[in-house]
Amino acid sequence: MYRAIKEPSKTGDFKMTEAIRVENLTFYYEGEVKPALKNINLSINEGEYVIITGPSGSGKSTLCRTFNGLIPHFYKGKMEGEVYVKGLRVKEHSVRELSKIVGMVFQEPENQVLTLSVKDEIAFGLENLGYPPNVIEDRIEHVLDVMGIKHLKNKVIFELSGGELQKVIVASILAMNPDILVFDEPTSNMDPKSALDFLKYTVKINKEYGKTVIIVEHRLDYIISYASKIVVLNDGEIVAIGNPRKVLMEDILEDIGISIPQIPLLFKKLKRLLPCCETPLTIEEALSLLGRVIAEGSYRGT
Amino acid sequence: MRKVAIEVHDLWFKYNHSNEWVLKGINLTVKVGEKVAILGENGSGKTTLIKHFNGLLKPCNGVVKVFGVDTRFASVAKLARRVGIVFQNPLHQFFSETVWDEVAYALYNFGYSEEEIERRVEYTLKLMDLYDLRYKSPFTLSGGEMRRLALASILVYNPDIIVIDEPTIGQDAKHKRKLAEILNTLANMGKTVIVVTHDIEFAIEYFPRIIVLSSGKIIADGSPNKIIYDDNIVNRANIIRPPIISLIIELSKRYNVDVDLSKTKFDEIVREIINIIRRKESSLGIR
Repeated sequence: MYRAIKEPSKTGDFKMTEAIRVENLTFYYEGEVKPALKNINLSINEGEYVIITGPSGSGKSTLCRTFNGLIPHFYKGKMEGEVYVKGLRVKEHSVRELSKIVGMVFQEPENQVLTLSVKDEIAFGLENLGYPPNVIEDRIEHVLDVMGIKHLKNKVIFELSGGELQKVIVASILAMNPDILVFDEPTSNMDPKSALDFLKYTVKINKEYGKTVIIVEHRLDYIISYASKIVVLNDGEIVAIGNPRKVLMEDILEDIGISIPQIPLLFKKLKRLLPCCETPLTIEEALSLLGRVIAEGSYRGT
Repeated sequence: MRKVAIEVHDLWFKYNHSNEWVLKGINLTVKVGEKVAILGENGSGKTTLIKHFNGLLKPCNGVVKVFGVDTRFASVAKLARRVGIVFQNPLHQFFSETVWDEVAYALYNFGYSEEEIERRVEYTLKLMDLYDLRYKSPFTLSGGEMRRLALASILVYNPDIIVIDEPTIGQDAKHKRKLAEILNTLANMGKTVIVVTHDIEFAIEYFPRIIVLSSGKIIADGSPNKIIYDDNIVNRANIIRPPIISLIIELSKRYNVDVDLSKTKFDEIVREIINIIRRKESSLGIR
């Protein structure tokens, strides 16, 4: 279950509210006869960590683009239904306005870079908003610290590895202090070690800093145990949604070709032997369950 | 005895602008029809090594032979007909206006007849699940589709050796499995298949032989189980073990159960765990 929201915020008036609501959303890109999204209904609460997954071409990126108004303002097409971000109707608010609430991180960090140095990259948005230099300096220090990249502060952008650059992008977005962060396949160009390291920070931003995180990702093994919700898209439609322990057991995932993380997949296959257990998501959970089975010979009882 | 496809003897290489050796004494033999995965961290020399297989790079010291021909004395154009390499960033190799033309390009260059080109391109596009996209521009495809297109444009001219750099990036589970099947078919047809990959799960599931590179040297060359269960190799190459492998190792350590640590395929390990549970149940008299 989600942990951070149990802790009250500084003001003590924390209420669980909706971060994003999608109602009966259907979207056709201009000139296409087939909808990219079909009748999507989705509610994401503040502080959630939501994974969106699905085969290629299933509409994951299209859905993300509605969260900061890139659809319908930038990508033209026919949009039916509604998307609300913190109660704001995206049709009525510009990308510029929505960007203050929703930060987006894409696959290729290179495409998001605006300046030459790490420090300038993070300062860029703040300077545009007219913050005084000392505030900007503090903010830079803070977000570098959050992302564990203080040592990169004075580096030049092109000296960075893909994983480091992606962290700088996230830091520059965090500096603007959005409530919601949307990651669209942020690790797809990273090697496994950098990807794992990067994904840890998406969890940290959520658990320690209370940001709502929405992430499109294929490497589920690490993040799945932190997710409050998983949304599975196929062919523009939501085909499964809910708690990962339940969703990952549904047969449709394998039918549409999603890679189910190995640990839950193992227990899906053990279901007949161990019918009563809650699906483990991590190696530790799996070990403690199997440990009990080995000690007691069975887990068919309670 | 199967014939040798690629033979690398004491290969040393450094780039002109640098003083650092990228490859340091590589020795390697790949036979015709073999399926080999090369693993290693960024900067370990994987891509540099495969660029020697079609003569794009020539050894500073040592010898690379492709079907017995020393690459120093053969042109890239000639070698490329027998060795097809699919590089990591597919965007760098596209230049045609449609998917169809991209795949047909090499065949026009090699002087095939129109009918032959038509037949081969159609077959290859269908094989790679790209036929429906044939009129699209390569540059509008998704990352996964681009990678499949890059492979299609190599497969279409039927090279004897197929080398692919990071074939699984951007591919969903279904296309990964499909890719594995295609590579299997190619190997069964007598093609030699070499992939460079970070995808350890893909490598140990589908490749009988894995070569691990670290700082320009081969630190392991053998079957998946010899590599994935070896702490020394795993640590030196910074390999992240698939969760199921970590699970079964921990299971044997922590609970002192008899586990067969030679299995690497997911389904085999699942069966192994089922056996452990069954053995325990029968020893306790539960059925």
